[in-house]
Amino acid sequence: MNATGAARAQLERSVQRRKLIDQLFVLAGMAILFAALLTLALLFLKLVHDGAPRFGWDFFTHFASRNAGRAGILSAWVGTCLVMLVTVTAAMPIGVAAAIYLEEYAPKNWLTAVIEINVRNLAGVPSIIYGLLALGLFVYKFGLGQSIVSAGLTLALLILPIVVVATREALRAVPRAIREAAYALGATHWEVTAHHVLPYSTGGILTGMIIGMSRAIGETAPIITIGALAFIAFLPTPPVSGHFPYLSFTWLTDPFTVMPIQMFNWLSRPDQAFQVNAAAAGAILLGMTLLMNGVAIYVRYRFRKKINW
Amino acid sequence: MPSEVKFSGLMPATDTDSGIIPIRESGRGAVHLNVDEARRATAMNSPIKARAQGLSFYYGDFQALKGLNIEFRERQVTALIGPSGCGKSTFLRCLNRMHDLTPLTRYEGNIMLYPEDINLVARGIDPIEVRMRIGMVFQKPNPFPKSIFENVAYGLRVRGLRSRVRLAEQVEQALRAAALWEEVKDRLSESGLSLSGGQQQRLCIARALATNPEILLFDEPTSALDPIATARIEELITGLRERVTVIIVTHNMQQAARVSDFTAFMYLGELIEFDETTKIFTNPSKKATEDYITGRYG
Repeated sequence: MNATGAARAQLERSVQRRKLIDQLFVLAGMAILFAALLTLALLFLKLVHDGAPRFGWDFFTHFASRNAGRAGILSAWVGTCLVMLVTVTAAMPIGVAAAIYLEEYAPKNWLTAVIEINVRNLAGVPSIIYGLLALGLFVYKFGLGQSIVSAGLTLALLILPIVVVATREALRAVPRAIREAAYALGATHWEVTAHHVLPYSTGGILTGMIIGMSRAIGETAPIITIGALAFIAFLPTPPVSGHFPYLSFTWLTDPFTVMPIQMFNWLSRPDQAFQVNAAAAGAILLGMTLLMNGVAIYVRYRFRKKINW
Repeated sequence: MPSEVKFSGLMPATDTDSGIIPIRESGRGAVHLNVDEARRATAMNSPIKARAQGLSFYYGDFQALKGLNIEFRERQVTALIGPSGCGKSTFLRCLNRMHDLTPLTRYEGNIMLYPEDINLVARGIDPIEVRMRIGMVFQKPNPFPKSIFENVAYGLRVRGLRSRVRLAEQVEQALRAAALWEEVKDRLSESGLSLSGGQQQRLCIARALATNPEILLFDEPTSALDPIATARIEELITGLRERVTVIIVTHNMQQAARVSDFTAFMYLGELIEFDETTKIFTNPSKKATEDYITGRYG
């Protein structure tokens, strides 16, 4: 073999060795990814399998009961929906407004830097701390009691940092060129924000909101802290009624329970039959979370398609 | 014409007869000038629309513009040329107070707008008011992700125009002025982003024209476009002379020669030379200008 042949053979060996490392990394990455996905899938399947006997219309339309076979999640899912309604109504305007101020208006100085760091840190505060705050503030100080509004506001506080951070990211993604185009036409700061920046970042904002909600829907600790009932055999006052004034707000102060608490309650019972109920409720809760994440992905996809810078 | 001017051998002789004279062969290819004596005469007699007097501009501690003195004549096209970083875009953005959006920037000196004789960069003058009167077209087409109609109507809406009929009228007028009407008249409700790059830039021109600005600023409007789209934009700018004072920043010297009546050459934040375009490209008085237009640097 001549000199050039040897050099070439060596080059080929070296390339092959480096490509092998490349492939090994891909394999390792895929293995880890599948391990994570598989765990989730197995968990979900196990819940579905265990809870299978209880799935059916009755499970959704029955209240909790001492008889495991007759118990349902009616008050739990209605409670979850109403609490989420309060959470969204409170967290969305406050979170989005705070984000707009911080991102678009606040001067860049040490004060805003401190606020920025703290907002990010708030996202990491254990949820039970929010529960304790809410117990003192909403339940006793404001006298809202162990009610739907207390729970909704607590969860709103909990997801506020998520909403603020996600909204800021979304606002920041609007290119400078678009803002300049609007300014160059004589728009004011507020007009640029309201007519352009906000509409173009709606996808990102909604996504952040839904991610926040899917975190809130599974929260148990702060809800227990403020005193949600674990066993409840009636529904809150319906928010909509057939006669004038059609809308009622008394449901806000009604006692309630939510899905994770109902699950927790069933799990802590010695009777094996209730474990089946817990599994069924767990599968439904997980399904609700996955559905919300699915909606978030769809919303993002829709808005991305409409706006490509 | 000075004797040292070399004629481009590529140019057919007939071009000289038609009034287009090829000038100085440069590293960037021959530059062709449109010489129209009647137009030159009007240009020199046009009233002054705006004048910078001792204009300096600072980004924090960095002085980007150093005491510029220049005037822009009404309904004429003035080109700002110079190597990257010479301050030509910075200067352009002083004229509509775009720098006010960046913190820690500072103007010194005056930019007087005539006939009112107001100083555009004075503290008491609201930048919003300045931008209502002086439009801008940017380097990269930046239509809003809204419909074609809404893109053009936006400036009018900001000014409080609500009448659907008047809006429709003025949008059509602006699109015609930007030579885009025929292409988009049947798809006004489609997104501005669905247009090609050249069409998007003409949409941006229509958007700026809709509000009837007194001065229209172009910041390298064709640098993101292909040659055909560029040609259409240049043709458009030449035609805009009829209705608005144009100031255009360009990297491309052929472009400056083709579209402008006056040319200013800037270097390192200073105005080196300012004269009629014909003069700058055939017989510049400064060595630096000559070096730049012949492609020796920049």
